[in-house]
Amino acid sequence: MDKKTLKEKLQEKKFVITSEIGPPKGTNIEPHLKEAEHIKDKVDAFNVTDLQSSVMRLGSLATCRLLFERGFEPVFQLTCRDRNRLALQSDLLSAYVLGIRNVLCITGDHPFLGDHPEAKPVFDLDSVSLLRVATSLMNGKDMMENELDGKPEFFLGAVVSPGYEPLEMQLIKMEKKIEAGARFFQTQAVYELSSFEKFMNAVEKYRVPILGGIVLLKTAGMAKYMNENVAGVCVPEKYIKMMAAAKKEERAKVSIQIAAELIKGMKDMCQGIHIMPLGWEKYVPSVLEQSGF
Amino acid sequence: MLYTEMKDFEEIKKLLESEESVFLLGCGGCAEVCRTSDEKTIVEIEEKLKNSGKSVSGKLIIDFMCSKQLLARRLARFQDDLDRSTAILVFSCGIGIQCAGAVSDKVVYPATNTISLGGFQGLWPGEERCAQCGTCYLGITDGICPITFCAKELVNGACGGAKDGMCEIKTEKECGWVLIYERLKKIGKLDLLREIQQPRDFKKIEPDAKLRKTIHFAIDR
Ligand code: SF4
Ligand code: SF4
Repeated sequence: MDKKTLKEKLQEKKFVITSEIGPPKGTNIEPHLKEAEHIKDKVDAFNVTDLQSSVMRLGSLATCRLLFERGFEPVFQLTCRDRNRLALQSDLLSAYVLGIRNVLCITGDHPFLGDHPEAKPVFDLDSVSLLRVATSLMNGKDMMENELDGKPEFFLGAVVSPGYEPLEMQLIKMEKKIEAGARFFQTQAVYELSSFEKFMNAVEKYRVPILGGIVLLKTAGMAKYMNENVAGVCVPEKYIKMMAAAKKEERAKVSIQIAAELIKGMKDMCQGIHIMPLGWEKYVPSVLEQSGF
Repeated sequence: MLYTEMKDFEEIKKLLESEESVFLLGCGGCAEVCRTSDEKTIVEIEEKLKNSGKSVSGKLIIDFMCSKQLLARRLARFQDDLDRSTAILVFSCGIGIQCAGAVSDKVVYPATNTISLGGFQGLWPGEERCAQCGTCYLGITDGICPITFCAKELVNGACGGAKDGMCEIKTEKECGWVLIYERLKKIGKLDLLREIQQPRDFKKIEPDAKLRKTIHFAIDR
């Protein structure tokens, strides 16, 4: 990684690559950090997911700090699912004193989707109000206008789903996120370049960096599952066929090929890509190589 | 209308573990409609209790246990049975059980769970719900409640989770925010959604002391 921060690179209009780490269910974080080590030089920053899919795991904040200590640039994903406004503000301050500057503010999945469906859903704030609160902390005030003794500095991000229907609803919310302080966006997985281009044309006017999302397909079944269950994701039939036709030992190769094709197609439309390997971290170097990075 | 379901008999048995003699009290209002306090259900539980060695001192169904004065008057006629009981097992919604606890000096136990209808429905029940949030948002949604129609009670628009208009929690529930979007789009008022809403005010969940009492307060006492 070169010394410039994610914020500086995006401000200088450099094309950036981010990836992500999903902390383990348990304390065994070392293998994940080692995986990240393999792609350290190729990736500008690493998101750490916050109890992804509402599954209880090791925390995002602690993992971000471990990454920071090892010289990575972390992006702290912070959801509104599990903490009320007191805890969210406090965790933002904690993140800052632990050296974390990038925060991705998300509403978060409902607990129903995870492994503790009986949990109380918090959602005291939402992505928009969380961004606003983080901005307010940066200005030296908490959300009740109380003065802070020492204020944090963040580079705030948010998410958007280009394939969501109705898209206009997403765009209205995206505008609100920008107004509330979002300075970059990472997107839901993209598989259709034509609809991504349409989306990029619609959001060009906001002049905010967009990092297109890439999720590595593992099997044809996974693609079909996402089409049926994951909002805003539509894997075209041709990719499902390619995955289905591949022999077991060739699946990774085909998956890398598909991801590289998408990245090459997206490269000139947006300001970066965000690769979500979902356990296939070891293939990220090949994906990047085949995409020309 | 409050909706109730029966507790498992095992749970009821455990609740009554230390009680020797139980009086069965059912409500002839909503709970009867849910078949959690009709004659048949109460007799069934009576049999099971007897079979498991409990003594049942009497049983009674009264209309609308949520009326405390009615409940107190009817119960008074069964004072002898009650005197022979150590506890009352109540077949009603949570309100009825609370009322039974308030008017009687016997310990009360619930035979039922009162389950969520996702907000108050109005006296003529329909699909609409109000959770009494205290900051009515209907003015930005053309009358669709974001608190009771959205699983996350969001006030700034949809999360990214809806698929084909259905909420991400996958309980065959429509996404409230997609409904709101469609309604506002139809009447050309999408601009209502552009303003950032303040975070909810949960202070308003604690009602004013006055509001805790009813218009029947004087009679109740
Ligand atoms: S927004 Fe919904 S819950 Fe709140 S007062 Fe209005 S109808 Fe009731
Ligand atoms: S899918 Fe719609 S109703 Fe469900 S939580 Fe998200 S915004 Fe709310």
